Amino acid sequence: MIVVCLPRLPRVAVCGGTHGNELSGVYLVRELLKAEKKVMEKEEEEPLSVLMVLSNPRAMQQCRRYVDTDLNRCFTHAKLNGPIPDDAPYEIIRSRELNATLGPKGNPEAVDLVCDLHNTTANMGLCFIAYSDCDWICMHIFRHLQASTNNVPMRYIHFDVSNKESYSLDSVGKHGFAMEIGPQPHGVVRSNIYTAMKVGVQHMLDWVRIFNSGTIFEGGCVDVFTMIKHIDYPRDSETRNITAAIHPQVQDRDFCLLHPEDPLFQTFSGETLRYKGNEPLYPFFINECAYYEKGIALSLARKRRVMIPAIRVQTEQQQQANKQEFASEEEE
Amino acid sequence: MSSCNNSACLNEARRVAIFGGTHGNEMSGVTLVNLWVKNSAEIQRKGVETKPFITNPKAVEKCTRYVDTDLNRAFTPENLSAPGGDNLPYEVQRAQEINRIFGPKESPDAYDVIFDLHNTTSNMGCTLILESSNDHFNLQMMHYIKKAIAPASCLVLLNEHPLLKYSTSRSVAKHPVGLEVGPQPQGVLRSNIFEAMRVILKHALDFIELFNEGMEFPPCTVEAFRVLERIDYPRDANGNIIAMVHPNLQDCDWEPLNPGDPMFQTFDGKTIHYHGSGTVYPTFINEAAYYEKQQAFVTTRREALVASAIRKV
Repeated sequence: MIVVCLPRLPRVAVCGGTHGNELSGVYLVRELLKAEKKVMEKEEEEPLSVLMVLSNPRAMQQCRRYVDTDLNRCFTHAKLNGPIPDDAPYEIIRSRELNATLGPKGNPEAVDLVCDLHNTTANMGLCFIAYSDCDWICMHIFRHLQASTNNVPMRYIHFDVSNKESYSLDSVGKHGFAMEIGPQPHGVVRSNIYTAMKVGVQHMLDWVRIFNSGTIFEGGCVDVFTMIKHIDYPRDSETRNITAAIHPQVQDRDFCLLHPEDPLFQTFSGETLRYKGNEPLYPFFINECAYYEKGIALSLARKRRVMIPAIRVQTEQQQQANKQEFASEEEE
Repeated sequence: MSSCNNSACLNEARRVAIFGGTHGNEMSGVTLVNLWVKNSAEIQRKGVETKPFITNPKAVEKCTRYVDTDLNRAFTPENLSAPGGDNLPYEVQRAQEINRIFGPKESPDAYDVIFDLHNTTSNMGCTLILESSNDHFNLQMMHYIKKAIAPASCLVLLNEHPLLKYSTSRSVAKHPVGLEVGPQPQGVLRSNIFEAMRVILKHALDFIELFNEGMEFPPCTVEAFRVLERIDYPRDANGNIIAMVHPNLQDCDWEPLNPGDPMFQTFDGKTIHYHGSGTVYPTFINEAAYYEKQQAFVTTRREALVASAIRKV
């Protein structure tokens, strides 16, 4: 059996409030910060360093998604580097602070894993959103949560974007993913959604500790939903106001296969508009509030089964050998 | 109101307004009113002038509840007579403008009926909000609507509480009617919620047309839920929320809450129970906009309101 050996994960960041009105993450990180102050870490052989971060405090204070610009689009290499004016948007300044604390992105100093907590108004259950379909760490964590959590449907979503162009907070760590849970209105905390997120984060941290301690995780398969395209609402050509709503047969049916000619929108005069793509695809982020302004009524994905190998943590020896190899590559 | 042959005789309802966007992120009303401003055929009725109107255009443009202050709390006598013009908060200026166009509030020149369209994140279904148990015209209208949409349900919430009652946009009219449909997240337009609101308005306008044509409506009883008290989230010494609506209560608007029933769940999983003296019917459970107003839900009690027969003068 092939076992892929991967470096230890000594530093993990859990981030909430990247969007200030997505409240599960806001309240969960606040609670975890409180607990940190009260309870001393148990004695561990290899203690795990967990950073709890409230990403966008000003947006949180106003219970808004963002103050000037969407923080979770500020983490491309271009936006993180280069000069910025004194009156730069708040979130651009904040993204650089976060990059300094959790990164720098692309640098060996970056945290090993970033888990960024989000909510959606779409009926998506619990989703991992990642830029890679071959990051075995993220995919093993996903399988671990899937095996442990019975009452919440879970999916793994893949955005096929290069590291340079990746724009979200989770791309700052060596590994990272967004944990997106819905449906929940923005500005509201629902107890069932909060609990699902709390349990998810706990299982993730447990997995990292177990991984660091040397356990072998068996390979298997993960169904990966790779984003192909977005579809916008039909809009009035002058005012740009939407002229139709998501069709009742699609509303709340995230990840239910959408076939060509299926109803997609219902105009305000009652007409049905149909999906005109030429292949069946899986819809998600159906009717996400924050995406109206981004021109997205829903996103569409292809599903495929990905085999993931067995993995375990590298030994000290392997880790040393790798570091030397890395150093000598750099010299070259 | 004069009484003739045991019916209350009321003036025809000639001027009706439909308000959308009182809260700029409650999308059903914004969408419906925008639609009707462009093409009002659907809301026209014989003998009635029906005016669709966006009350808070700046908030609608920003897709936010309000810009400076909640418009739906702004129609107090102090605000309506406040000097200061442009220096006043945006919504106070709007309130004065709306009072000029559709009021003045409590004068004979005020509009007859105003429907104010709202959405809520609470699982309230279709709710009609009544501000006075003595408004027989409104009671009869609500009775008519409930019958017309049966077996679908439309409940009546009565907020006559001297302290909890508030100065709404619709209060400018002689007969104010609140329409609250949920659950819908703020900023989101759900097709089923939109259509439900549309159907209720259709029946409401039909009622007005029938009344104006001379139909007499016999006495009737309307089941309503009367607001009793506002219950806040448990908070710590700094005012931060320390518990969430309990999973057993979440989405259970209008269902009985008995003493001893779970009410809140702390972030570490402990249950806080309801310790009132009797059974109540909670509503507005977990409405997003009410976190800042210190309200997790309101309690109500069921009451049968009696409406006299009505016909036009």
